[in-house]
Amino acid sequence: MTAPVRESTDFEPVYHHYGPHRAGLPPLVPYFRELWHRRGFASEMSRATMRGEKTSTFFGQAWLVINPLLLAGVYYLLITILRGGHDPKAFVHLTLALFAFQLVSSSINSGTKSVVSSGKLLINTAFPRLLIPLSAVRTAFFRFLPTVPVYFVFHLIFLTDVWSPTMLLSLYFLGTIVLFGAGLAAFFATVQVYFRDTSSFLPYFIRIWMYLSPVLWLPENVAHFNKTLLTIIQLNPMYSMVGGYTEALQEQKVPDPALFLSSGIWALVAAAVGFLFFISRERDFAVRLT
Amino acid sequence: MLSVSPEVVAESDRSPYAVRVEDLSITYRTTFEKKPTLKQAITRLGRGQRAVKEIQALTDVSFDVKVGTAMGIIGSNGAGKSTLMRAMAGILPPTTGKVEVWGKASTLLALGVGFNKSLSGRENIILGGLAAGLSRKEVEERADEVAEWTELGDFIDMPMNTYSSGMGARVGFSVAVHMKPDILMIDEALSTGDAHFREKASVKMAELRESARAMFLISHGLSSISEMCNECIWLDKGRLMMRGAPDEVIDAYMRHVKVKKSATALEEM
Repeated sequence: MTAPVRESTDFEPVYHHYGPHRAGLPPLVPYFRELWHRRGFASEMSRATMRGEKTSTFFGQAWLVINPLLLAGVYYLLITILRGGHDPKAFVHLTLALFAFQLVSSSINSGTKSVVSSGKLLINTAFPRLLIPLSAVRTAFFRFLPTVPVYFVFHLIFLTDVWSPTMLLSLYFLGTIVLFGAGLAAFFATVQVYFRDTSSFLPYFIRIWMYLSPVLWLPENVAHFNKTLLTIIQLNPMYSMVGGYTEALQEQKVPDPALFLSSGIWALVAAAVGFLFFISRERDFAVRLT
Repeated sequence: MLSVSPEVVAESDRSPYAVRVEDLSITYRTTFEKKPTLKQAITRLGRGQRAVKEIQALTDVSFDVKVGTAMGIIGSNGAGKSTLMRAMAGILPPTTGKVEVWGKASTLLALGVGFNKSLSGRENIILGGLAAGLSRKEVEERADEVAEWTELGDFIDMPMNTYSSGMGARVGFSVAVHMKPDILMIDEALSTGDAHFREKASVKMAELRESARAMFLISHGLSSISEMCNECIWLDKGRLMMRGAPDEVIDAYMRHVKVKKSATALEEM
C-alpha cells in the first residue's frame, strides 16, 4: 500500500505503548529513530545555550579563540623552558593537539553537567534523554570550530611548505574524536546524576590525561621508551586520535593504519558503552532530579 | 513503542480508549540526599551505611479512560498521583504492567516550567515545543500565539531567571495547552498564578476538554476537580481506591481523611 509521505520532522507519535524495559533498556530501534526525529531539539538547545553565553557576539567569538591561544602560549612557554630552546614545529604541533584535546575535554565537561542542569524540561517531557549530552557535544564542537582557522594561520607561517592531500585524512580522526567525546559525555552525564561532585574532580583527571597524551610532547619523544611503557602509552585513546590527527595534518604522509584502527575502535567502544549506560539509567533521571 | 504507521493511525481513530493502564506497578530507588555526592558515598561506605531507598510508588493500578473523559486524580501527598501521570506521559516506564496511550500527550507536571533559566521565555517555548516532538515549523507558527497568551509583555524576551514563579507557571501552562495535545495532563498547575490567570486557564481547559481526546488533572483543590472533571480516581499509598463520578469519589476521600466538607477543605486539600 502507499504510505502517506511524511517529512521526517513532521513526526507525531500517535499510539504509545509503555512497558517494562528489558534489562533496563528500552527498545533501541524506536529510541534512536525518535532521537533522530527530535535532533532539531538538540541543535536548538545548543544554539540557545551559546546565545545565552553570548558566544554569538563578536567578543564571545573572540574569546573562543583567545582562550585556547593563551593556553597554548602558557604551555609553549613551559616546554620551551623545559627543553631549553625554541622550536616552531613543536609550537604548531602543540596548538593543533591542544585544540583537539580541548574539544574532547569541553565535550566531557559540558556533557557532564548537561543532564542535571536540564531541570524541569526533563521531568516534564518524554523524549530520548540522550539528546541532552549530544546537544552539549554539539556546543563543544561549535566552540572548537573558530580555532581551526587560527591553526591554519600558524600552519601557514611555520609550516609553509607542508601541504598535501593526506591532510584530508585528519577529518577521519576529528570524527573519531567527536564520537569518542560524545560517548564520554553521555557516560559522565549519567555518573553526575548519582554523584553530583563528579564535575568538580573530573577536570583534574582530564588534565592528567592531557599530560599523558601527545599534546605537549611528540610521539617521537617517547619512541626510545621500553616496549611495555610504550604499549601503555599507546593504549591511551588520545594517543591514536590526537596522534593520527596531527600526523595527517603535519607530516605529509598517511598515518599508520594501526592509528586508524585503534582510534576507530576506541571511538565506537566509547560511544557504545557511554550511550548504552546512559540509556539504561535514564529512567532514573526523572526521579533523581526532582 | 512510539511507532507510526498508517494502520496504527486508523486504529487510533477507531479506539474508544484514550488511555489504558493495566496492572501498573512502579518502584524506583532514590537517595535521601538532595544532592548525592561521591564524597558522602565514601564516608557512608566507611560507616557501612546505605542511603538508597526503594519506593513502591504504584501497586497494581488498572483503569481505562474513554475518549472524552476529563479525569481528576485525587489523593494525599505521596499517594502516587504524579508518578501515575509520569507513567502515562512516558517519562517513567513501568516496572511491571503496561500503559497504552492513544494520542499525543502534552504534559505540565511540575510547577513553573522554567526549562532553562538563563534563556528567555520565548526560547523556552521553542525548546519545550521541540522537546515535545513538534517540528520547527510548527513550533515557530505557535510560538507567537503561546507568547501572547501568557500576557507577559516585554518579559517574554527576558531571561526566565527574572520571572516570578507565577510568571514561569504561565509560560509552562501556555506551552502545554498550545501544542494541540490529544491528551492533556496537568499536575497542580493552577495553584500558582493570580486570579486573572486562573480564570483564563480554566476557560482554556474547558475549551481543551472539548477538543482533546482526554484530560487528566491532579489537584488538591477538590472544587476544581468536581467542576472540571466528569470522572475521578482516588489513589492512596500507590493503590487505586475508588473510581467514579467526581462528587462520590471526593465524598469517599473526605470521609477517609476525616475532614468535614467545607469550603476551605474543598479549596485547599
